Amino acid sequence: MSAHLSYGRVNLNILREAARKELREFLDKCAGSKAIVWDEYLTGPFGLIAQYSLLKEHEVEKMFTLKGGRLPAADVKNIIFFVRPRLELMDIIAENISEKNGRPPQMLSPRDFHILFVPRRSMLCEQRLKEQGVLGSFINIDEYILDLIPYDGDLLSMESEGAFRECYLESDQTSLYHTAKGLMTLQALYGTIPQIFGKGECARHVANMMLRMKREFAGSQTQILPVFDSLLLLDRNIDLLTPLATQLTYEGLIDEVYGITNGYAKLPPEKFAAQKKQGEVGKDLPTEPKKMQLNSAEELYAEIRDKNFNAIGAALSKKAKIISAAFEERHNAKTVGEIKQFVSQLPHMQAARSSLANHTSIAELIKDITTSEAFFDNLTVEQEFMTGVDTDKVNTYIEDCIAQKDPLIKILRLVCMQSVCNNGLKQKILDYYKREILQTYGYEHMLTLNNLEKTGLLKPQTSTRNNYPTIRKTLKLWMEDANEQNPNDISYVYSGYAPLSIRLTQVLARPGWRSIEEVLKMLPGPHFEERQQLPAGLHKKRQQGENRTTLVFFLGGVTYAEVAALRFLSQMEDGGTEYIIATTKLINGTSWIKSLMDRPEAP
Amino acid sequence: MLKESKRAVNSIRSLVEEEDEEDDVEKVSWSGEPVGSISWSVKETESSIRSTGEVRDQSFPKIHTAPSLPKNSSGYSLSSLFKGKAKTGSFQSFSESFGDPSIRNYAPELRKPKSEYKDYVSDWTPEETVKRMQQGKVYSLEKFRSLQDKLLLLDEAVNAHDGNVITAVLIYLKKSLSKEILFRELITREIALRHYIHYLKEIGEQKLLVELFKSMDRTEDMALMQYRDHLNVRDENKKRDFLKNCLSFPFSPDDATHVQDHYTLLERQIIIEANDKQVESSGQADIFKKYPRKASILNMPIITTLYYSCFYHYGESDGTFSSPANIRKTFRISDKQFLLTCLGARAKLKAWFDVDALFTTKNWLGYTKKRSPIGFHRIVDILQKNNAPVQVLQDYVNLVEDVEQKISLAQKYKCHDVIINTYRDLKDRQQLIVYRGKVERGSSEYRKIEEILSNSQLRWKN
Repeated sequence: MSAHLSYGRVNLNILREAARKELREFLDKCAGSKAIVWDEYLTGPFGLIAQYSLLKEHEVEKMFTLKGGRLPAADVKNIIFFVRPRLELMDIIAENISEKNGRPPQMLSPRDFHILFVPRRSMLCEQRLKEQGVLGSFINIDEYILDLIPYDGDLLSMESEGAFRECYLESDQTSLYHTAKGLMTLQALYGTIPQIFGKGECARHVANMMLRMKREFAGSQTQILPVFDSLLLLDRNIDLLTPLATQLTYEGLIDEVYGITNGYAKLPPEKFAAQKKQGEVGKDLPTEPKKMQLNSAEELYAEIRDKNFNAIGAALSKKAKIISAAFEERHNAKTVGEIKQFVSQLPHMQAARSSLANHTSIAELIKDITTSEAFFDNLTVEQEFMTGVDTDKVNTYIEDCIAQKDPLIKILRLVCMQSVCNNGLKQKILDYYKREILQTYGYEHMLTLNNLEKTGLLKPQTSTRNNYPTIRKTLKLWMEDANEQNPNDISYVYSGYAPLSIRLTQVLARPGWRSIEEVLKMLPGPHFEERQQLPAGLHKKRQQGENRTTLVFFLGGVTYAEVAALRFLSQMEDGGTEYIIATTKLINGTSWIKSLMDRPEAP
Repeated sequence: MLKESKRAVNSIRSLVEEEDEEDDVEKVSWSGEPVGSISWSVKETESSIRSTGEVRDQSFPKIHTAPSLPKNSSGYSLSSLFKGKAKTGSFQSFSESFGDPSIRNYAPELRKPKSEYKDYVSDWTPEETVKRMQQGKVYSLEKFRSLQDKLLLLDEAVNAHDGNVITAVLIYLKKSLSKEILFRELITREIALRHYIHYLKEIGEQKLLVELFKSMDRTEDMALMQYRDHLNVRDENKKRDFLKNCLSFPFSPDDATHVQDHYTLLERQIIIEANDKQVESSGQADIFKKYPRKASILNMPIITTLYYSCFYHYGESDGTFSSPANIRKTFRISDKQFLLTCLGARAKLKAWFDVDALFTTKNWLGYTKKRSPIGFHRIVDILQKNNAPVQVLQDYVNLVEDVEQKISLAQKYKCHDVIINTYRDLKDRQQLIVYRGKVERGSSEYRKIEEILSNSQLRWKN
């Protein structure tokens, strides 16, 4: 389940093990049989570090989702609530355990209640439980610090959806505190990171907190040879453009089209139905979406995920030939030994075959979309904006999309992109878009438009000077001849556009940020460099030609295409740097804009 | 390429099925969740509980009720889950088997230093207090009595960026300071202020919040925040009253207009809805009989409302609330939007005469001419989407100015007359001959082309 975490440059399985150890310790604190009541949101992130079997071995016999009303019957000694620190969840818990709710007969046996807050305890929540008169019912209130979750061999995520909104819209920096905490945990496991670079307001805060926490823990330093050479902290708001663009890598497109949550994608079942075994033909076609786990544990997926989608067909058909050839081998197997050898390879080959079948189906599904006129038109407009064509006029394609009532998020992505690429829109144009949007989609969306303005995604032009072209040219954000099949530059991930955030990372490694001071000043927030003292004797002596390892932390989210671009840089022969990526959340333009929208609360 | 790999996959599949297929490489349920994953297990244990619960509620208990611990299939041990995995490769990671004691040593202690033995000293500095709060230890805020001490504590909490601690300190300050003083101090402390606002929202202290915003001179924020609450009002009459109440809030000029429009719109929708519901159920109007309403018009955007009005209330006099003209005027709908919406509705009803009238203008001499604020090629697309007949379509294709665009549209929608006439006007004999090859022999189009080609009066350019 987790082997793929340990193959990379940095063994992230150590982090996972540490998290599992804590979980086991907590479970053992509650002696006897247990039932867990889950805040449903948490089952996804927890799934990345543990299976039910782990819980089961620690006497967890039942699991429920947290719901109003009374608790379901369960003949166990302990009831443990695994919840996020949210007030509305406290009310549900109070309802669950309140005496008034008439417990079912077999619940009369005395039981112990516990709460495990994830990722942090909250005084506000405890106060609410107190007001509801149930705080005293809990034997144990604890927290489970699930800061950085190993997502893949080179990828860590805090799986915190609201981080961007909280930091940039609500000025609530709690997630930055968690980030700093998570980075301290990481340093406890992998050694002190000697160099810290950063760009942006939030990056500065996180670095400050880290330095401060380090001072506080002085004396209890871990004697571990540093695994990371440097840390780069990047604010999402220094590069608002990249997530708005449609990702064009295989994994990026799966996320754009179907969404990947906690490492799983839900796909339409029709294409996969045919794969069932013959004996099951009689069964009805499944209507439930097919849920598929996507990570580098799957050999084929690891190979193709970061390719431009236009290179996927070739990659799959090449793979098909190899697998076919391997199956053909059986005709050559004559001796018992040869047959035995063939048979022993069979499971592996079958896994490869089913993996190929799955990805061929997914690629077909996505191809239907990428070859559609609508997709092409949308992409054309995006690329016009990114290259600076007519960003100061009302765009007729956007107008048409509004007239056709295309999904609002699509419209917002485009309008924001135009605004970002023009360093703000002329007041008249901004007003025009706003009016069209409110009239077509409803006046209540003025709240969302306000939010977008507050975060800088949408803004009126203040200065007459549009500095986006300068940034684009200096950082070479647009490459005319992006090679999709055999890329030689990161711009392949968006078929021409090189993500700004990754360019900054690239330039930092070589030749250094001093070469782009001008541009750095145009982007919001300070840029900085800090050094952390290493205990004597822990200084790494680099071998000739040995790569540096850099941890890049995206505060406020990162896209799969950006991850792909960093992996591409890691693999470059003369790159000299390998990257491990961390973020508050894997995002795409849609999920990102959605997190900034104001909607009615669920009834 | 995809086809190729698909073919390969299929051929392999048939190949494989001859073999004894033992496809337990990984255990996944159909929905794809690995058997034994947490979310899968939650569903499993829950469903077994539910079914036993139902049985209990029945009046005739069945003999088979065995509400003991469900022996559901989620009881895979780790080792059984990994069995398949091990087969796939040579590398079973050591860490997969967490039972191995050597691994436990591998995961270092995360809980932090044991250097904190000052637990019994009660004169903690603000810094120490905040640290203790963060570590979940016993602490006391009561000893921070003077305003200065309290503010030092607050600043220290803000410095730690831990929302949990900031909120806890704010709760203490709220209790122990007059609101005037607290508000005054928060003005210069943006982050603390944000957390305070969030806190007041969470606990529903609307009144205090309004006071806070007023004293901060952040009236626009306050107005928006109060407006936001309308999202949670379900009853339409209550929502209307709520919005009406919002009108007096100090919005920015733009937002004030939007809120006014929002209110006016809902007010009208309520009137229209009540009226139309009644008319529809009484069966008085044909339009409702022919096209029963699919949904209520309440809470729909203005453009949708206009469409509805153009569909069900076309031709009503300007004075009625439900007439398109009145809606257009009240909500300042642009010519383009009005035309597009109206066109969509009338075309849906196949009211081609109305469609025609939308574009017809008369000049002062009484001549009529067709005009449109939107290119006619888009009009053609919209009409086509609404299944307009060729006779209607070709009138509009003819109005497309760009000749190439006109021809390509005409070809797309098979408007033969337009194509033939255009080539004739262009004196393009070659193209006409080519086109003759594309139409059915002996059809009226074919004959028309023949006729033109044999016209000796025409001077062809080729």
